[in-house]
Amino acid sequence: MEVMVILVPLALGLGFVGLLAFLWSLKSGQYDDLEGAAWRAIADDEPEPEKPVESGT
Amino acid sequence: MQVARDFSHYVKDVGSGLQHIDLAVEGVNCAGCMSKIERGLSAIPEVTLARVNLTDRRVALEWKQGALDPSSFIDRLAELGYKAYPFETAGAETAENEQLRFLLRCLGVAAFATMNVMMLSVPVWSGNVSDMLQEQRDFFHWMSALIALPAAAYAGQPFFRSAYRALRTRNVNMDVPISIGVLLALGMSLVETANHAEHAYFDAAIMLLTFLLIGRYLDQSMRRRTRAVAGNLAALKADTATKFVGGGEIAEVPVAAIDPGDVVLLRPGERCAVDGVVIDGRSEIDQSLITGETTHAKAKAGTVVYAGSLNISGTLRIRVSAASESTLLSEITRLLDNALQARSRYIRLADRASRLYAPVVHATALLTVLGWVLAGASWHDAIVTGVAVLIITCPCALGLAIPTVQTVASGAMFKAGVLINSGDAIERVADVDHVIFDKTGTLTLPDLEAVNAGEVPEFALGLAGQLALSSRHPVAAAVARASNAKMPIVGAVEEPGQGVRATVGGVEARLGRPSFCGAEEIAAQRAGLDPEASFVAFRFGDERYVFSVRQALRPDAHTIIAELKQRHIAVEILSGDREGPVQAAARALGIEAWRAAVTPADKIARIEELKHRDYKVMMIGDGLNDAPSLAAAQVSMSPISAAHLSQATADLVFLGKPLAPVIVAIDFARKAMRLMRQNLWLAVGYNVLAVPIAISGVVTPLIAAAAMSGSSILVMLNALRARQVEGRTSWK
Repeated sequence: MEVMVILVPLALGLGFVGLLAFLWSLKSGQYDDLEGAAWRAIADDEPEPEKPVESGT
Repeated sequence: MQVARDFSHYVKDVGSGLQHIDLAVEGVNCAGCMSKIERGLSAIPEVTLARVNLTDRRVALEWKQGALDPSSFIDRLAELGYKAYPFETAGAETAENEQLRFLLRCLGVAAFATMNVMMLSVPVWSGNVSDMLQEQRDFFHWMSALIALPAAAYAGQPFFRSAYRALRTRNVNMDVPISIGVLLALGMSLVETANHAEHAYFDAAIMLLTFLLIGRYLDQSMRRRTRAVAGNLAALKADTATKFVGGGEIAEVPVAAIDPGDVVLLRPGERCAVDGVVIDGRSEIDQSLITGETTHAKAKAGTVVYAGSLNISGTLRIRVSAASESTLLSEITRLLDNALQARSRYIRLADRASRLYAPVVHATALLTVLGWVLAGASWHDAIVTGVAVLIITCPCALGLAIPTVQTVASGAMFKAGVLINSGDAIERVADVDHVIFDKTGTLTLPDLEAVNAGEVPEFALGLAGQLALSSRHPVAAAVARASNAKMPIVGAVEEPGQGVRATVGGVEARLGRPSFCGAEEIAAQRAGLDPEASFVAFRFGDERYVFSVRQALRPDAHTIIAELKQRHIAVEILSGDREGPVQAAARALGIEAWRAAVTPADKIARIEELKHRDYKVMMIGDGLNDAPSLAAAQVSMSPISAAHLSQATADLVFLGKPLAPVIVAIDFARKAMRLMRQNLWLAVGYNVLAVPIAISGVVTPLIAAAAMSGSSILVMLNALRARQVEGRTSWK
């Protein structure tokens, strides 16, 4: 049963990492536009690829 | 005349040589629009960021400093087919955004803690009935405490703060019993853990916070969304003024960038965006948005002009005055303050419930403790049982009963074009049994309409519309709208005060005063039929037509009034306009009770009178003169075209031409109120079942957790029914 002394903090540590990830995603504005994010996932192409060509000329 | 547009007021420097602007965009509602706009704007060289926010319908733009003029983005968006306007986040919206993020952070912390504490609790629950060692249980309890205590201290802030605020003003709200319950549960669990006891309630306490935070978050996000849309609409109204910037030069600037003392130019057909005094020029102005009066007033040097006045004929120069200088405005502000004070006395359903709830629950807990002591139990056991009563009655379901319904109902109303301004509006709308309408701009549409356009041959109507596009006169604009004309006639000449003329295919076409077109006789005939209309004549060769232009009733006004009556709601018109037009509108709509030429103070007096007779009055109006009565009524509503002050005062704002949102609001609010009551009874019913178990002292943390989540889910599911109103599937 001594293994619990390692396993329980380990489980909690993983949970804590999850919490930090959530807080980071919140801070980086990923919840600001939930509707747009849903559509972006299925959009054909991001407009980015056009950009380097234009600024290169 | 092309005027330079100056949007520098909205441009922000974001460092490293970049500039930033936020634009509110109309008509963005799909993924296609999103990539079209982003592609279109990114294609402009020097633009470093173009990102659409589909939730708020806005675009954020960044570009290299000095390289571009912000107005070029608006032109580019117009080419793509979107109307856009710079947007400045108002203070209220920033605060709502902050609050929303804070709630989401709290929710994240609470949910994390709940999941992990549960992970520790389940082994304890199953261990208690088998062979768990005491040391193992203590270890699990201490770990739970380690997670739950800091998490509750952080995630409980919204409740603790609100409870503290209420207690400091000697009030009780729902957050008081919540806070007491959570704190006692945590405190007792800590003591019990130190005493190696079998039960600890860390899981129940933190789970309670999680459930309640879900409710709060949903509520807040709905409110924020409404606020964002209202902000966009305000921005898209594009309140600009043409300001003299030294010498004879003029520039179009946003109203926010205008100071008292500036001189602005007001051309025919423009709506004045500021309060001020005319210093030069002569014209007629339409003040219907301010006073409800539809006859035009004369304006010359020295006339006071209010924001919202429409300039009809001549060009005016206006010196901007500070708001306090004008007597009408200060009078309205004074009435408004009084009325707002009176309204804040309304007590929300949730607070009424908690006023009853808190003493009952706390008394029950106390009696339980005393009862057990008298029955011979030890103080320790009695107190543990007493706290268990508090935990099991902790208003989890009660705390969710009202916000969840409100969120669902306001979401449904939002879809139907009703924006909710104040938190308790739904409750107040639900009781309404008397509706007072303002006429101008509320029962009627805010813009003039050519009412007999259908009687004019299509060819003549099209030509008249094209000709009308060359004039700025509001009456001509009504003709242009009626014909759907898009292309102005090249070479059309405007004769000031007379009309527009052009030569089409060798034949002269004229649009303007009946005398300008030689159509006085037809106009006189029409005037006999419709004394309230203005007339504009059209002549093409020898053909002559006269358009009657007037404020038309909202398309569905008649049906909506009938539906209100069907719901046994009394309907009345109080208008600042003259008797003739008010009577005509009342007759057309079948409204028996109407009064004309009413002052703001009279409107309030009438509302007070109805209040004394125990009517619940809903006021619907748009004018500046309606603002005080909007505040005085039990609940108020404004169309989106309303004067700023009225819109800010109104509890609900509705979009679009139809009047249907009035019925929508009432129907949804009534349904929501019914569900809120139902939910409260569900919560009470749950307590009636659970409290005897708690009093008898057999509640384990497992029972507490199961009861709490069960009742919360039941209440949330019931709230979802607020999405629909019987008999109506959609309100499109």
